[in-house]
Amino acid sequence: MTETRTSEIREPKPAPVPLIEARGVTRILPGVVPTTLVRGIDLAIGDNEFVAITGPSGSGKSSLLYLLGLLDLPTEGEVLIRGRATAHMTEDERAFTRLSMLGFVFQFHFLLQEFSILDNVALPMRALGARSESDMRDRARDLLSSLGLADHLGKRPDQLSGGQRQRVAVARALANEPAVILADEPTGSLDSKSSEQVFELLKEIVDNGRTVVAVTHDIALAERMHRRIHLIDGEIDSDRSRR
Amino acid sequence: MNLVLQIAWTHVRSRARQTGVAIAGVAVGVGFSVMMAGLMQGSQDDFIRQLVNALPHITVNDERRNPPPQPAEQAYDAAQIHGLTPSVRRKGIKNPLATMAALEAWIPGAVAPSVKVQAILRYATRDVGASITGIDPRREARVSELPNQMRQGTLSSLYTATNAIIVGERLAEKIGARVGSNITVQTSEGTQASAQVVGLFRSGIASVDEGSAYVLVRTGQVLARQTGLVNELRIRVGDPMEAREVASRIERQTDYKSVSWQEAHEDLLSSLVIRNVIMYTIVGAILLVASFGTYNIISTITHEKARDIAILKSLGLNERTVRSIFVVEAQMIGLAGALVGFVLGYLLCIALGSIEIKSPFMDITHLPIAYKSWHYGVAGAVALLSSFAAGYAPARKAARLHPVEIIRGAT
Ligand SMILES: Nc1ncnc2c1ncn2[C@@H]1O[C@H](COP(=O)(O)OP(=O)(O)O)[C@@H](O)[C@H]1O
Ligand SMILES: [Mg+2]
Repeated sequence: MTETRTSEIREPKPAPVPLIEARGVTRILPGVVPTTLVRGIDLAIGDNEFVAITGPSGSGKSSLLYLLGLLDLPTEGEVLIRGRATAHMTEDERAFTRLSMLGFVFQFHFLLQEFSILDNVALPMRALGARSESDMRDRARDLLSSLGLADHLGKRPDQLSGGQRQRVAVARALANEPAVILADEPTGSLDSKSSEQVFELLKEIVDNGRTVVAVTHDIALAERMHRRIHLIDGEIDSDRSRR
Repeated sequence: MNLVLQIAWTHVRSRARQTGVAIAGVAVGVGFSVMMAGLMQGSQDDFIRQLVNALPHITVNDERRNPPPQPAEQAYDAAQIHGLTPSVRRKGIKNPLATMAALEAWIPGAVAPSVKVQAILRYATRDVGASITGIDPRREARVSELPNQMRQGTLSSLYTATNAIIVGERLAEKIGARVGSNITVQTSEGTQASAQVVGLFRSGIASVDEGSAYVLVRTGQVLARQTGLVNELRIRVGDPMEAREVASRIERQTDYKSVSWQEAHEDLLSSLVIRNVIMYTIVGAILLVASFGTYNIISTITHEKARDIAILKSLGLNERTVRSIFVVEAQMIGLAGALVGFVLGYLLCIALGSIEIKSPFMDITHLPIAYKSWHYGVAGAVALLSSFAAGYAPARKAARLHPVEIIRGAT
């Protein structure tokens, strides 16, 4: 886990290499009746983008996000992270890439119930092991404070509201300073006020120079993002940028 | 705290009761293993101690392991020689005094001579067969327990009468003789003599107490009709465990058959080995069964925490890390179980050791229990090993879990 491929991956290149690139990505679930989750996806996401993935329910939005985040493997085509092919990576290498470069936020907050929120946020840093224990705690504290959770550091996730939990999840996703945040309907289970707060948070992340890719079925939110990729039946229907 | 330890700890804590049961299982396994080992080792050590105390450590007798070559064989270079009358060898150890002196010069222990004669002891009208040993009372005290086994008289009582004899208590009972009685000794060599009982002994071994008697070496030689005869040297060494080595050295030096107590009781000792193999098999089985509880709890936790595993994997923890979480949990149970088991085992040993055994033939004794640190070491190691094995299978399965399916299921 301590191998440092990151330096090689993060090395600035003269020609901008896309952060995440999908080339002809198709994912078919095997079975008596094989299910096609996504088909023939070609896209490139660069630095400092704010991308919405939209589409009707069941159109393959989550599936695409999992593929882009190396949680799932395409049956055809390939996903490149900073120009590096991932198909032939070992499971460990993919895990390391997720840990060091990608941050996930899911619709359901997915925090560890037995851990304080501080420990939840520190968890990816502990797994990476690149910082000292006090550094990790400091950073976790800073992240949570900047998200307005300074008063809750020692609390368990179930002592927080849904919006607060989702903000903790965002803080955790940011812990290892990933190049990109992949969020699957991060506001999907929140009321409109919390939803707005979380959206503002994602926007701030982009303003700070990172990339955010968020699945949403909220068209209004999607319209406020910089780029919108619309899926229908697992295929890209449209890919429009506003910048 | 280390991340793996931290997560493992929250898991076992969240299942405190089941974890407690698993720990108790391992503890009982380890405790009883330690107790069994202490008991078996204790009785074995006690048995060997008694064996070693009751017998000479090494017996050198006038036999040879390989028959000496016949003069004809040495004279003629033939493959085989038939129809020879073998040269008669005089019985006994040659130059016993010189041999004894030579042995005493280097042996770390004492040497005593004896003359063996088979005879019938007769008193009034009753007679009984006995094996008579001619001994040197002063030397005898240094190689055998006989002086301590005397019930009446002492070994030096043998000097108080001509043809004085010490007989086993049971033998005396059988023929109705007591100290002071004059009994008749008739040997297989055809000698008949009258002997005065000057002492009685009791070894506790029935066949010895009803079938043996002691006289002076000189008396034995008269009964055997061979002056200067010594057909056996008995040796007691400082460290009984060296007996085998010393015996083979004696044999190389003197050419006489020299048998250590280990060799004489090879069958007994090998039955002890079998006993130990059986014991350790049982102990292993106990600990294996104890680890089933561990397997159970780890499996339960991996199922219960499937969502957490999916989270950890999606965050980027690799399989090895996830696997080690559950292996560590199993090891925590194994370690806690072993530590509790050590205490339990120690208490069981103390409890067993305090039980009094009353027997009409013995003074009150206690069950012999051996306290050996390696008993604890082995039981602890086996417990940890089986915990590892019990945790590894579910841990591996958990680590290979595909996060996407669980994340989809929960959303
Ligand atoms: N494990 C599965 N087995 C069968 N069908 C599945 C499975 N996972 C997803 N699907 C189907 O694949 C399609 C795409 O799913 P998903 O990517 O979750 O869509 P979205 O996130 O856009 O709602 C849906 O029709 C869904 O029902
Ligand atoms: Mg979805």
